[in-house]
Amino acid sequence: MGTTASQLAKDSLSEYQELTFLTKQEILLAHRRFTELLDRDERNHPNPRVPMEVILTLPELKSNPFKTRICQVFSTSEDKDGSLTFEDFLDLLSAFSDSATLEIKSHYAFRIFDFDDDGTLDCGDLEKLVNCLTGETEDTRLSSEEMRQLISNILDESDIDKDGTVNLSEFQHVISRSPDFVSSFKIVL
Amino acid sequence: PHPSYFSPGVEDFQENHKREKHYGKRRNGDRQQNKRENQRRKRSSKSVSEPETSEDGDDEEEVNNDGEVRPELLSPEELEKLKEAVDEKKKLIQSLRGKPWPMKQKLVTLRESQLFVEKYEGALGKGKGRKLYAYKVMMTKKWMKFQRDFENFKTACIPWEMKIKEIESHFGSSVASYFIFLRWMYSINMILFGLTFGLVMVPEALMGRPYGSIPRKTVPRAEEAGAMDFAVLWDFGGYAQYSVLFYGYYNNQRAIGWFKFRMPLSYFLVGVGTVAYSYMVVIRTMARNANESGIGDDNSFNFSWKMFTSWDYLIGNPETADNKFASITTSFKEAILEEQESRKDDNIHLTRFLRVLANFLVLCCLAGSGYLIYFVVRRSQKFALDGLENHSWWERNEVNMVMSLLGMFCPMLFDVISTLENYHPRVALQWQLGRIFALFLGNLYTFIIALMDAINLKRKEEKVVKYNITMWEASLYNGTGSENSTAPPITIHPADVPRGPCWETMVGQEFVRLIISDTMTTYITLLIGDFLRAVLVRFLNHCWCWDLEAGFPSYSEFDVSGNVLGLIFNQGMIWMGAFYAPCLPALNLLRLHVSMYLQCWAVMCCNVPQERVFKASGSNNFYMAMLLVILFLSTLPAIYTIVTIPPSFDCGPFSGKNRMFDVIQETLESDFPAWFSKVFSYASNPGLVLPFILLMV
Repeated sequence: MGTTASQLAKDSLSEYQELTFLTKQEILLAHRRFTELLDRDERNHPNPRVPMEVILTLPELKSNPFKTRICQVFSTSEDKDGSLTFEDFLDLLSAFSDSATLEIKSHYAFRIFDFDDDGTLDCGDLEKLVNCLTGETEDTRLSSEEMRQLISNILDESDIDKDGTVNLSEFQHVISRSPDFVSSFKIVL
Repeated sequence: PHPSYFSPGVEDFQENHKREKHYGKRRNGDRQQNKRENQRRKRSSKSVSEPETSEDGDDEEEVNNDGEVRPELLSPEELEKLKEAVDEKKKLIQSLRGKPWPMKQKLVTLRESQLFVEKYEGALGKGKGRKLYAYKVMMTKKWMKFQRDFENFKTACIPWEMKIKEIESHFGSSVASYFIFLRWMYSINMILFGLTFGLVMVPEALMGRPYGSIPRKTVPRAEEAGAMDFAVLWDFGGYAQYSVLFYGYYNNQRAIGWFKFRMPLSYFLVGVGTVAYSYMVVIRTMARNANESGIGDDNSFNFSWKMFTSWDYLIGNPETADNKFASITTSFKEAILEEQESRKDDNIHLTRFLRVLANFLVLCCLAGSGYLIYFVVRRSQKFALDGLENHSWWERNEVNMVMSLLGMFCPMLFDVISTLENYHPRVALQWQLGRIFALFLGNLYTFIIALMDAINLKRKEEKVVKYNITMWEASLYNGTGSENSTAPPITIHPADVPRGPCWETMVGQEFVRLIISDTMTTYITLLIGDFLRAVLVRFLNHCWCWDLEAGFPSYSEFDVSGNVLGLIFNQGMIWMGAFYAPCLPALNLLRLHVSMYLQCWAVMCCNVPQERVFKASGSNNFYMAMLLVILFLSTLPAIYTIVTIPPSFDCGPFSGKNRMFDVIQETLESDFPAWFSKVFSYASNPGLVLPFILLMV
């Protein structure tokens, strides 16, 4: 169930502790930060939903190149507009927390990188991914020749069944051998 | 096509509520299995006409239409199956947080599983052992709740969390990893401090003989005049020397105080215990890190890793983010270029020659610095023989200053030399770290060798002093009365008694002085190199010819690896000296505490985020491995001195014994019953010990 006005019910708190990787303090802090994002009148709503633009004002997400994708992946709204309820927010924090397992992080990372939501990372997804990583300005972007070379190198390395796309299990195979992934895929409030 | 990321769709919440009354919704395979189980149970209970051989006797109740089952009707295997189903549900509850489902679905599954478990768990306990089962279940629940609360409490207790989080968001995780390492070191030192303070310093201070009661605890008459001077105290002489801070103060009385605290035994065991604890902690952390991180140096996924794992999600500062974008772009372009370019073979001989030359220069540097230290230590011994007052401050503190200065300037020299080598930056960084490591190690060991010379000198002096003391005592008794041997005992003030030299305290003092000067040098370099530089760049920029911020000095970056190495070597010195100066862990604790605040402030105030972000992959375990090597190498000298050199006759808890570890023998003989020492002497038979050790390995 959703949260009541400004207090988190005790049994909800213990359920959330059971279902996420967050500690009690982290859940309470998340609740506080989430309520701050709401308008005065929305706070009394039983299950408030915060639109994406407001979520993106959080300092932890503001500078992240994948911020829109993150909101879209964790959102459970029917309009797919990236708005988050408190439970979606908790899911987000749990997947990005320090104690989350590699499997759950790699699962969500795959979904974040899958820009067109088709279940695989094809050339279009990879290209958008590289553009996100190289920043907004023109002089930091790669030329189309470099982009082509880069994508073909990546597919050479990760595409095991050579179907031209990277699926979830190939992605998880690559990620599981990386020593930096778990420590960099972290967001803490 | 919408991907099926979860098991069959997120169903409506309302629907689930309705179905909860029955066995509840199951996922794919579970649903079929459960239906089958349900039907089987119904069949078995309905077809029972003769009484079941269940434990509770013969309550033959019908199964009602809701699917509820009375456990008394079930045969033992079905009881087993029910128990398995309950266990399965419990496992499902545990694993829920690792499933990538949205929260609503997880909540639904959690609630129905909990309902199921509650309904049947109590019932399962009927019959034989029911009370025990219910008790076990309740205890498990309480234990899990306690564990969870304890985890919450532990996370709340972690100090400096907000500071480190701020640094993480500004500088990324590599700079923050230094501070996390500092915090971890702090916790280790806290335990070491607890051991030495609680089991060595406090008992002696509270229950041992007070200051001034026996000769070893009193400042000698000759030194009394200057014992309270600040200069003397800063040098750890005077009153500081004759206190619980150093080895020499401790009395060798076997048991002190009203509850017979075994002081020498405790001193020895604490010394051994600190080393053992450190080994255990370092190895355990290494094992944990090795489990978590993947295989480090695999180069087969170079590009994919750059793509998928290079962004640091902790960054919350736009300036850092821009830097990160630039560094990622550069690294992509470099990697593409490297992949495309064929290796240019023409200059390979020149490169090799230059690399050999560079290594030769580095070796010369290392040898030079080792010799310099040795020379300076011998000189300081000569000064000590002349009497310290005749020399200037520099000459008195020469050794420590030279070591600290070498530690500061040689790495820069290595940096310059390494430009000859033309390595890839990551490889160059590893070479640099290796060389700095060799430098520190060489310096430390030269220092120790010079110290060993000083120890041997003191031991020779001891023989002379022993002879002098016997002469002096004889002269005392001769002077008062030579008729009866039962002359009244002469009271001499302890400060006047001639004292034997105490090499252990000297060693302890040397280490303490070294650590203090090292700390001072670090802080002063920090203030001048980072803070003053930042102030100059900021304020002189208006009136200077070229742009100071972008050009030459600009703001400094935080040198992660240099700082980590400094921390590791500092800890090595503590481990080396802690046996002879119980105050060292306390000193180090204070130092780390101050360092944390000072460096956090300096980083936020004077440093800029690094332009090229290098994660030396698997660097966590690399630093741990270095720590382990340093631990081993620093406990070697202490162990050597304990095992080979006899303790001073006139100071410390082991005075009068032949070797320091004789205290163990003595304890076994006098404190334990006779049969114990016999068993121990059989057990310590080499023939038994060797196979045992081999078996363990």
